[in-house]
Parts: sequence; structure tokens; C-alpha cells
Amino acid sequence: MSETSTATRTVIVEREIAHPPEKIWRALTQPHLISEWLMKNDFSPVVGHRFNLRGEWGGVLDCEVLVVEPQTTLSYTWNFKHDDPAFDLNSVVTFSLSPTTTGTRLRMEQAGFRPDQRQAYGGAKAGWPEHLAKLEQVLTGTE
Amino acid sequence: MPDIAIPNRDMIFKTLADPTRRAIFEGLCRKGDQTVAVLTARAGISQPGVSKHLAVLKQAGLVSDRHHGRQTHYSAQLGALAPLIDWTNQMRTFWEGRFDDLEDLLDRMDQ
Repeated sequence: MSETSTATRTVIVEREIAHPPEKIWRALTQPHLISEWLMKNDFSPVVGHRFNLRGEWGGVLDCEVLVVEPQTTLSYTWNFKHDDPAFDLNSVVTFSLSPTTTGTRLRMEQAGFRPDQRQAYGGAKAGWPEHLAKLEQVLTGTE
Repeated sequence: MPDIAIPNRDMIFKTLADPTRRAIFEGLCRKGDQTVAVLTARAGISQPGVSKHLAVLKQAGLVSDRHHGRQTHYSAQLGALAPLIDWTNQMRTFWEGRFDDLEDLLDRMDQ
């Protein structure tokens, strides 16, 4: 009756940015800069360092630095503990920087999403009415 | 929490294609545990009609029932909707927004 996939899934966002790798690297690794574009944090670019990302929605993500290759690759775990398995998240975020003629290609890959994953970045802010509204839109589009 | 098999997308769409059945399911999602009598009062169709829709929803794994005295209570199994929720789009939207903020920051930074 049902097909249950256990393979995890990945979200990838890639962008050409008109700034050099070393500048982007600073924004990715200095706590006060990370706070400006991502979340409040106690990050340090040291493999094995454990830190938290604190979202505006009041949630806390538990993270650990996995890879630091200056101006090339930064990777860390991105976990959100929740009693409901559907909200519990264990993922890895990896940033890759590649120089281009006009700046840098920045790629973000977040791997580890399960097929039944909900509220993937750990925020419980959006509730079911929103999901139902989306469901309504999808169904209306197919009728 | 019982381990209910998650139906595939096609079954979910077929089950929820009927607007009356979908309204019953939405009512359970929004208002929680309901008896057939309460659902019938809201649905605008006969009680046997409501019961038939509930049977289809239950077969698809979208609702579950429990007996309490002479009443049967139904509740929505929200987890069964997982195959429909476009979480990847939500996550991509999140990261696109962060990249926007990152570019704004880079523009403001001294070289």
C-alpha cells in the first residue's frame, strides 16, 4: 500500500556572489558577522568546536564544526532536538567557495532530511493552518 | 503512537479529491478529536454519508478512530501528510533568504 523511503535528502542552494572568497569566508566564520546574516551564535572555526545557533523563533540548534578549509570549505552539523520524530533533525551543512572571474560561487548543501521531515530548520513557528492552506492550493491546482 | 504506514502521494490525492471528504478531514485537523454526530452537524450531508467518508479516510491512514462508550471519536493523522509537504521548498526559501542577507552584509563590509 505504501512506499516508505529511508534515503535521506539534501537541499542545495548555489549563488554567484560578487565578492572574493576571503571576504565571504570572514562572513561565514566570524561570530558577529554570522549573527547578521544567519543567527546568533558562539561559533569558532575550529574542527570539533561545539556551538549553538539561536533562531528568532526561540529555537536552538546544536552544531559541531566538522571541516575547516579556509576560503574553500566549511562544514558543521545542524541538529534540532524535538520529541516528535517528525520535527527532530540531524543534518550537516556544508559551504563550498569557488573563485570566479567576477567573485565567488557559494554553494550551501544541507544533507540529512528524512522523507517524513517537518519544519526542517527546527522552527515550529509555522503551524498546520499554513500547511493546510498549501494543501488546498495544491489540490485546487489539480482539480 | 501507533506506527501507521504512510500512504503514497497518489492515494492521498485520490482520497482528498472529494471536497466533502476533504472538508471533514480539515475539520479534524483544525478542531481535533470529533464524534460522527459533530462531524455530521457540520458537513451538510447525512450521517451514513459522513461515516462512509470517514471509512475511506481511515483506509488511507489519514484518520484513526477510538471507541468511547457508544460513541466513536475520530482524529486526524497528520503524519500521513508528510509526502505532500514540500519541506525542501521551505528549506530552500530559508537559505535563499540567508544568502540575501549575506550579500547585503558583504556589500556593507569594508573590503
